[in-house]
Amino acid sequence: MSESNPTATFDPDNNAPLEKVLIIVSRGSLDGIYPGLVLANGARMEGIEASMFFTFFGLNALAEKTMDSLKVATVGNPAMNMAMPMLGMPMTMPFPTMLGGIPGVSNFATHLMNQKMEELDIPPVREFLEMITDAGGKVFACKLAMDMFGLKRDDLWEGVESVLTVGDFYQEAAGTRTQVLFT
Amino acid sequence: MKTTIAGTEIDVNEEGYLTDASQWNEAIAAAIAAEENVGPLTDAHWKIIQHLREKHAADEQVTIRSLNKSGVAPTKEFYALFPKGPLKKAARIAGVPKPAGCI
Repeated sequence: MSESNPTATFDPDNNAPLEKVLIIVSRGSLDGIYPGLVLANGARMEGIEASMFFTFFGLNALAEKTMDSLKVATVGNPAMNMAMPMLGMPMTMPFPTMLGGIPGVSNFATHLMNQKMEELDIPPVREFLEMITDAGGKVFACKLAMDMFGLKRDDLWEGVESVLTVGDFYQEAAGTRTQVLFT
Repeated sequence: MKTTIAGTEIDVNEEGYLTDASQWNEAIAAAIAAEENVGPLTDAHWKIIQHLREKHAADEQVTIRSLNKSGVAPTKEFYALFPKGPLKKAARIAGVPKPAGCI
């Protein structure tokens, strides 16, 4: 029998602040990447440690060749109507997924989104990643996904801390006040 | 609510931010900094504190990005000077409201 670990005792009244977040980014569209970036940067702004783990299509945001040209997903997104006010139309206006597949539509939606984000002082992906690492956050890439897509360390943005296995990733999550967030 | 910091009675909100920026002085800043485990305050800290006060007076929002871009405080340096939540802490020390943005 192993001894009970006092630090792992459940205490419903424990409101101690989070100490660390690990954010998994698994999608590679512009709208798939930003939530993780905002969460990681926001954690550092609150004095919480932050690490980001980019896996599968999330690596699109770390590959030097693609990170500056991420696109908004306009196909298969039944909530595209949310973006209609950017075109001066009501939010309830439907946006059929077939329209999203017309050449140029994703580029146009991306252009609109980037413009809006700049207005709100949200940095582009590369600058955002620099901001997070300057703030002491760490950025990791998933080894398995790198192997799958045939990517090498040299293909990635220079600010990537290292390439991790899933085991390394769980070690990074050590500590009782850590949360793992999947985006 | 009222509280006394550095021998001066000031108005603060429940998070300890001054509600009237005109009640601020440098002794109050130093006392709040000590409470926040920041400092002792150097010229580099004062430059940022003054910048926050000027922007507040001009009713302009300050972000970590704007501090970096304007050259007032590169992000790495800002986190080193005000560890653990730099913008929140710097704002409290500068006697201006807590920044409301997500970035």
